[in-house]
Amino acid sequence: MMSGASRTPLLSARSLAKSYGGRPACQHVSMSIDEGEVLAIVGESGSGKSTLLNLLSGRLAPDTGEVRYRMRDGVERDLARLSEAERRLLARTDWGFVHQDAALGLRMNVSAGGNIGERLMAVGDRHYGQIRDTAANWLTRVEIGVDRIDDKPTAYSGGMRQRLQIARNLVTSPRLVFMDEPTGGLDVSVQARLLDLIRGLVADLGLAVVLVTHDLAVARLLSHRIIVMKQGHVIETGLTDRVLDDPQAPYTQLLVSSVLAA
Amino acid sequence: MTAHPDTIALAVEDLGKSFTLHMHGGTRLPVVSQVGFEVHAGECVVLGGPSGAGKSSILKMLYGNYLAGSGHIRVRHGGALVDIVEAEPRAILDIRRMTLGYVSQFLRVIPRVPAIEIVAEPALAAGVDRAAALERASGLLHALNLPERLWRLPPATFSGGEQQRVNIARGFAGEHSILILDEPTASLDAANREAVIGLMAARKATGTAFVGIFHDEEVRARVADRIIDVSVFAAREAA
Repeated sequence: MMSGASRTPLLSARSLAKSYGGRPACQHVSMSIDEGEVLAIVGESGSGKSTLLNLLSGRLAPDTGEVRYRMRDGVERDLARLSEAERRLLARTDWGFVHQDAALGLRMNVSAGGNIGERLMAVGDRHYGQIRDTAANWLTRVEIGVDRIDDKPTAYSGGMRQRLQIARNLVTSPRLVFMDEPTGGLDVSVQARLLDLIRGLVADLGLAVVLVTHDLAVARLLSHRIIVMKQGHVIETGLTDRVLDDPQAPYTQLLVSSVLAA
Repeated sequence: MTAHPDTIALAVEDLGKSFTLHMHGGTRLPVVSQVGFEVHAGECVVLGGPSGAGKSSILKMLYGNYLAGSGHIRVRHGGALVDIVEAEPRAILDIRRMTLGYVSQFLRVIPRVPAIEIVAEPALAAGVDRAAALERASGLLHALNLPERLWRLPPATFSGGEQQRVNIARGFAGEHSILILDEPTASLDAANREAVIGLMAARKATGTAFVGIFHDEEVRARVADRIIDVSVFAAREAA
């Protein structure tokens, strides 16, 4: 977990900045995350939190600054200096990315089993029977009946698609998962079930997670630490319960006081 | 106190706190200033004083839940004294896992997680193996008279008193050498108050230090080794 056996963080960013057409979306952001740690990035829409997530996950190149990642061999690498093949391998194996819109993270015309199996095949798994067994096992872990293994995600409900997306991401045992509003747009009861599932999996697997959410209750339930963003700037950071219960910055106080209960 | 400094579990020095309400024109609400006290292993220190004197705020600062405005909160963690006020979030999480436990007034329920798992969780987090953690959780729930048929259910639908007993069991399930108790007996009947007093006595005997708030005078008289009136730390506004 976070006992600090290694003092090098898993992922770290220094002085990240990104503008769109002269309009800054992310400015002077530095952060780091350790193995097994869940970091929530919170803020309203337009605060730059999704831009930051895309910068951290190498999906977007920063104008300035750098993101470093400690690879499985223990060597820290600058994401910008990875080859395209290395970056793809990283994204398919040691990382996961859970999108708010499951259609972005799944292949909608491929069966559920195929969606999970594809990631295994990408890392060289070729044994069809084993792949199917692993897929069935993961469907069970995300509470999808194995009898649905040959159905396409188009036949799934929103909550099931999201759980399938999580299974697809976790099947290669990533160390770091990026999540962009994973419970956004779902019914409250479906949300609660998904949150509990994520919480359990993260703890069991010792995953590090960078979680973008505008929902402070989600941040409280899942994260150890919080980064509060507004207009591309980091406004406040700290222990999740400290930031939510004793917010210091005027904007964080506004954010916390604007929800009914977090 | 003439206790040996090696037995210090928690040392608070010159601690101060005020809230600045940015939503209300930057109004400053002073809470406490120059708070100082020590708690030794096996000792129970009770914070007293009128409501609004800052007792709860002090406990929350000790746990790192509220940010201290000034001063130091040194906690004996892994053989060294670590200052909570200056510690990084990750260090505070580590201290909470291994050293510093907190029993709040209310259980924060997690959807779908059964009571016994909620109780066992601090033991698991401290590295106790699953079978032993569940056994410990069972023992605590037994001691606090929570009917066994409730153990596998999530506490969301439990009564206030039942939830509070789950909360207390959870607080005592870890390996913490310091426990912070914020009115743990407030919603309990006499038998369960007695059970909590018993649990505290057993832990004190093995060296656990307690800092708490107890409004029930009988309970307070029985558990407290010392009572500190926090109104002496009333914040004095700079003119």
